[in-house]
Amino acid sequence: MHVEEIMKQDVITLQPTDSIVTAHQLLLAHRIRHIPIVDEDYSIVGIVSDRDIRDASPSIFSADENQDILNKNIATIMKSPVITVHPLDFVEEVARIFYDHEIACLPVVSNGVLVGIITEKDLLYTLIQLTGTHIQGSHIEVKVPNRPGILPEVASVFGNRGLNISSVLVYPYKNNPEYKILVFRIQTMNPLPIIRDLRQAGYELMWPNNIPEPKL
Amino acid sequence: MSKLNRFVYDEHLLSYHFHEEHPFNQKRVLLTKELLEDAGQLNHENIIKPRIATEEEIALIHDNSFIHAVKSANTLTKEQLLKYGLGTEDTPVFPNMHDATSRIVGATLTAVDAVLKDGAKTAVNFSGGLHHGLKHKASGFCIYNDAAIAVQYIRKNYNLRVLYVDTDAHHGDGVQWAFYDDPNVCTFSIHETGRYLFPGTGNVTERGIKEGHGFSFNLPIDAFTQDESFIQIYETALYEIADYFKPDILITQNGADAHYYDPLTHLCGSMAIYEKIPRIALEVANKYCDGKWIALGGGGYDIWRVVPRAWSQVWNVMKDGKTVSGLLPEKWIEKWQEQTTELLPKTWNDPIQDIPCIPRKKEIEEKNQNTLSQLLKYTKVKRS
Repeated sequence: MHVEEIMKQDVITLQPTDSIVTAHQLLLAHRIRHIPIVDEDYSIVGIVSDRDIRDASPSIFSADENQDILNKNIATIMKSPVITVHPLDFVEEVARIFYDHEIACLPVVSNGVLVGIITEKDLLYTLIQLTGTHIQGSHIEVKVPNRPGILPEVASVFGNRGLNISSVLVYPYKNNPEYKILVFRIQTMNPLPIIRDLRQAGYELMWPNNIPEPKL
Repeated sequence: MSKLNRFVYDEHLLSYHFHEEHPFNQKRVLLTKELLEDAGQLNHENIIKPRIATEEEIALIHDNSFIHAVKSANTLTKEQLLKYGLGTEDTPVFPNMHDATSRIVGATLTAVDAVLKDGAKTAVNFSGGLHHGLKHKASGFCIYNDAAIAVQYIRKNYNLRVLYVDTDAHHGDGVQWAFYDDPNVCTFSIHETGRYLFPGTGNVTERGIKEGHGFSFNLPIDAFTQDESFIQIYETALYEIADYFKPDILITQNGADAHYYDPLTHLCGSMAIYEKIPRIALEVANKYCDGKWIALGGGGYDIWRVVPRAWSQVWNVMKDGKTVSGLLPEKWIEKWQEQTTELLPKTWNDPIQDIPCIPRKKEIEEKNQNTLSQLLKYTKVKRS
């Protein structure tokens, strides 16, 4: 999945000469936490976060003092250079950058011009999509030997039942490299026939469907 | 006296039938009716015949294109059907689907009219409670969402504040989404957590949006939850919610699939929860709604051992204010035992030795308790 598929294209921006107080108002009005700072050509010169602005603001215990600080240019507190990504970068790379740099927002730049923004929240939303939990369905976990060809074998059991799979996740089984766990979300309210088929085919199901029939 | 409680039934309601192997089987409704008759709890004076819902009434919730697809399901291609959630393993096409579902919706509206027009206090339609049906598509054994249609019908014609309570083991998603932004309809669903179970939603954090924020309540409970924990958190939550919302009328969806015998879910309740649920409903209806309570059916996939007893107790409580205990009528057992390989129960309650022993019981109770406090924390903040 490419960044351009999940980025937001309506980006709230400011110019370096705008005031800190304007930035603060924008953050509140749009319920956002980051504002890219651009020049006349719409290329990135810096970025401010709600934390930068909070750091620059007077303490709530001295609210009446030093208010003129907030009239300073945003350029005085913005961070630069800015880490950016390209619309054709992968979502996985964005996750990596967020993790490594401990940041939560990346401006998307193409040909030197700001074209979008991607945040932690967009990434988490994508994760929800990947797990398939946004679509009505049942969840089945199968413990399988870690060998080539196992995924299509198991998936064909679902195919034979005409069941639509909304997502597949593969993850390691504890610390045992001989097995892995396949997680399927399938669009059905009645997983009984498929559970029976999987058992008959010799696959091991995980909790709570690992209990042989009847239920207990 | 008998006119105060209405039981909506005729045999046409059984025509909502997918196929022989399908877990959703409306024979449950007949089994319930006969169990009550044989127990001397139901006679012809209580029973009223359902009407058929009009297309206009169905369109209170559903898109016209979806209604049209249901009506012409026999002529559509597989792809066209899939768009409307039809022709799947869960909701396969069957003959006269539109007619059969319109009858169920009609039966639920008949129950509503009995209470709001004709002076009954309570009414039941056990063929209804198809809570997964969505605006534009069928889902999870449900085609038209009679429960949501009934709520909207009440809103439109009587302008009452409706409390919808859903004790099916699956999340009452269709009804929740239909009124997610409506502050005059409060939905409360207790169900097995969506981690494994269909439809997957119903998290405690789903609270409603816009004006409806704070009027959707969800209590997702852990797999293998048993009676004590279920009853304790359900009772606490419902009393809190009713006191916070102060409804004018109560609608309950009485899915009976949280029982340890139920094949589709992982909850482990016994008949004890199905004796308690209607008693709490009656109390809430009496305290806030001048007794106005409409009960619907819902899920329930052990149609022999669980559903007839569970639903009968709803009626028993409506009629007499209390559940029935002791032996089931022999006549009923004799008649139906030959039709099933399951051994029919002998008594209204479940014998204690049949109740499974769950090793993780303490952890499950703690987890459920945490979920309850999350739900209640919010209720109290909202009120203060």
